[in-house]
Amino acid sequence: MTKKLLKGNHALAEAAVRAGCEGFFGYPITPSTEFLEYMSSRMPELGRAFVQAESEVAAINMVYGAACAGKRTMTASSSPGVSLMMEGLSYIAGTEVPAVLVNVMRGGPGLGNIAPSQGDYNQMVKGGGHGDYFPIVIAPASVQESIDYTMLAFDLADKYRTLVYVIVDGNIGQMMEPAEMPPMREIPTEAPDWAVTGAEGRDPIALSSIYIDPYDEEVTNLRLLKKKLEIEKNEVIFKEFFMEDAEIVIIGFGTAGRISLSAVREAREQGIKVGLIRPITLFPFPFERIAEAAEQAKSFLVVEMNTGMMLDDIQVAVKGKIPVEFYGRLGGVTPFPDEILSEINRINENPPTDPNLDARADWVKRLEKAIEGSN
Amino acid sequence: MATLTTDPIQVYKRPVGLTEVHSHYCPGCTHGISHRLIAEVLDEMGLREKTIGVAPVGCSVFAYKYLNTDYVEAAHGRAPAMATGIKRVRPENIVYTYQGDGDLASIGMAEIMHAAGRGENITVIFINNAIYGMTGGQMAPTTLPGMKTTSSPKGRDVEMAGFPIKMSEILATMQGSSYIVRRSLHDPAYIRKSKKAIRKAFETQVRGMGFSLVELLSTCPTNWKVTPYEALQFVEDSMIPVFPLGDFKVHPEIAKLKV
Repeated sequence: MTKKLLKGNHALAEAAVRAGCEGFFGYPITPSTEFLEYMSSRMPELGRAFVQAESEVAAINMVYGAACAGKRTMTASSSPGVSLMMEGLSYIAGTEVPAVLVNVMRGGPGLGNIAPSQGDYNQMVKGGGHGDYFPIVIAPASVQESIDYTMLAFDLADKYRTLVYVIVDGNIGQMMEPAEMPPMREIPTEAPDWAVTGAEGRDPIALSSIYIDPYDEEVTNLRLLKKKLEIEKNEVIFKEFFMEDAEIVIIGFGTAGRISLSAVREAREQGIKVGLIRPITLFPFPFERIAEAAEQAKSFLVVEMNTGMMLDDIQVAVKGKIPVEFYGRLGGVTPFPDEILSEINRINENPPTDPNLDARADWVKRLEKAIEGSN
Repeated sequence: MATLTTDPIQVYKRPVGLTEVHSHYCPGCTHGISHRLIAEVLDEMGLREKTIGVAPVGCSVFAYKYLNTDYVEAAHGRAPAMATGIKRVRPENIVYTYQGDGDLASIGMAEIMHAAGRGENITVIFINNAIYGMTGGQMAPTTLPGMKTTSSPKGRDVEMAGFPIKMSEILATMQGSSYIVRRSLHDPAYIRKSKKAIRKAFETQVRGMGFSLVELLSTCPTNWKVTPYEALQFVEDSMIPVFPLGDFKVHPEIAKLKV
């Protein structure tokens, strides 16, 4: 196989096709639309299902139906569209059928804008819809990773009969870079034994998220929780760079992590002992690795394209052992490597000492000054 | 000379398509009748083992406990979308939704209109009893003008709450529809006609001819606060004038069918 220049949304879509997705249901929304456009020609040419639904609400319920029918199925959308899907996602979680969602995130809240953002971290990682459930959340940082982790997303969805969210920001959906596609997987000929296929020669199967007796629902919630614990044990993925002797550790996911790496490389050239941890699964979160790094490092800098949503999880892992600082850009603004480099320099020159510092409040002051300066 | 036999001949039996459990429906409710008609039709057409039903939210939320086929349970109003997902990845199966008036004509208006618009090859059994049953008798999009419900206590005031929505008439305007009819379950003759309509709706799907829907005028004695007998009278006297029975769209190929 050779690398080809691929657009993020197209690569994500083709990876889903190669993973054996037999039903795509979606609704156009920037910056995810090319995904749907790609599927509109690719799925029919393979004899697979494609429907441009009347809304995101309908799209996710089509996914729900196809998932109950035992086929690999998915949708792709962007932040406001994903909000509309929350009802269906909760039902899918409650019915314990596998499905994949790609969220190409944009600036919000509300209509927001169409620029890249990581503002859906909480909605994606903490469930989003009603009830107790725990989708797996994977955050690629390149077109290649988008391909690889979309393939994995379908496998994990089947393995645990769960929702898997692949979340990227608009940068990754829109950009083109060289990447390699894996070969096409074969579609299984037999349906899973839990799927509705018509009760031929067997008792009927009913798939539902309703457990009218609270004791039955409690057992269901417990089963979902046990699944979560199992996933936490088995499926944590992260990457780290320059961590051997790092005294300052940057933590960022997706694009923020990737841009941070450029800054870390530059700082290393200046002789600053800085490293990077880039969580790839946001649920399950690499709590253990972060806690371990807090034993080694003098301070952390969390970089995100939101107001510090992952920061809260980092602080849980750090347990106040070392100072954790934050740097974020908001509302669809992507930080430049220079901005992160100057944060590294600032920390290197004036290392924070107070493990109880208010990372968000301190950063707000710096950001406001920067915004003022740029105007 | 003809031989006389004393062997009993079975003329009536429980359809295989119905499970042997007690239902939770109220006395006098016609859900039981429509369930039975669906079961009989699927038995007669030999489709039971190919069928996947989609249950709604409403009184018939547990339809899957009574109908002896594979079933899924949709979110409120989303049954046509869920059915679309199933049918598109399993076109070899027979897929139908069972929906009430709140589910289909209110919260699920977008899903039903677009399923019909796409000519989705599914069948819809639409139970119209002019009220929200499960939540305890609130006004539905099909509640009659002047009809008292817990959320229109002085009777539906069309100045405030608008008019009943006539779904069959609307859906018949969609090019993707092949079979759209309204029947009633209020007496035996009408029940027989309802069964024939259900048969034709599934025949439409078997032939791959697109969207089919049978609207069935039904009763809700509990929330109408009348006796079962009075409820049947109410269908005849008050509902049929607002929701006239009839064929709103029948594809010529289906019209030719003798069932």
